[in-house]
Amino acid sequence: MQRVPILKLGDVLIVSIQIDLEDQSVLALQEDLADAVVQHGAKGVIIDITAVEIVDSFIGRMLATIASMCGMLDAQTVVVGMRPAVAITLVELGLSLGGVRTALNLEKGVALLDHIRSATP
Amino acid sequence: MSGEREVVIAGSADVVGVRQLVRSVAVEIGLSLVDQTKIVTAASELARNALVYGGGGDVRIEIVTNGPRRGLKLIFTDEGPGIPDIEQALTDGWTTGGGMGLGLGGSRRLVDEFDLVSEPGKGTTVTVTKWSR
Ligand SMILES: Nc1ncnc2c1ncn2[C@@H]1O[C@H](COP(=O)(O)OP(=O)(O)OP(=O)(O)O)[C@@H](O)[C@H]1O
Ligand SMILES: [Mg+2]
Repeated sequence: MQRVPILKLGDVLIVSIQIDLEDQSVLALQEDLADAVVQHGAKGVIIDITAVEIVDSFIGRMLATIASMCGMLDAQTVVVGMRPAVAITLVELGLSLGGVRTALNLEKGVALLDHIRSATP
Repeated sequence: MSGEREVVIAGSADVVGVRQLVRSVAVEIGLSLVDQTKIVTAASELARNALVYGGGGDVRIEIVTNGPRRGLKLIFTDEGPGIPDIEQALTDGWTTGGGMGLGLGGSRRLVDEFDLVSEPGKGTTVTVTKWSR
């Protein structure tokens, strides 16, 4: 099983998914990320799915789980880089990802995190 | 790809393998990027179901034709416990495995043709087809 690396930039963690996600890798990432948020006292998490070719129900559930889990650990999550074909497919699959914040790209994701944090003192 | 291919689904790495193979055949028959993404996503759901609920199985990948149109047909088979109530299993949100209950219903929406045959105690076969436009 391949592991997805977690990078630290200030108090933000960046996860850029560059592998074909196996279910085991998905579960490992959830755990690794929870540990990393606590260990580094991270306030934000950015998940970059630019290279992810499909999001099925399992991967979609991971994104939702990570967002609520990080929320409980006092970190805000933004998912960036979703491909248009992936968005279309997700809607038809029936997954709205309602509780997950998204931005078009990494730059906009960072700006969104800044904005959220300046709005919540 | 000449003729048919059959791939065994025995572990979660095989689910990734099925996705990759389905993608390459979808490209080969000229499906649009959106349609490629839909059929690969459906394949991922059905392969995982065969693995998790069926205890493993296999998928047959075929290229089919209808006049000028080409299609990609996937036949997922397992010899697991089967599905007692198919309508219920296809209902969004119905799950016995702690999932989201979207795999079957969602797959049906993502393809052009969907057929589910299951006999309790014998196993399950799901056949899906996506046609080029
Ligand atoms: N191949 C199969 N053999 C036996 N039962 C199955 C099979 N596929 C699906 N089922 C049953 O149908 C239910 C619904 O399947 P579906 O894929 O829609 O949702 P899920 O797998 O529970 O969750 P999700 O796919 O959203 O993660 C499953 O919970 C399971 O009880
Ligand atoms: Mg499923």
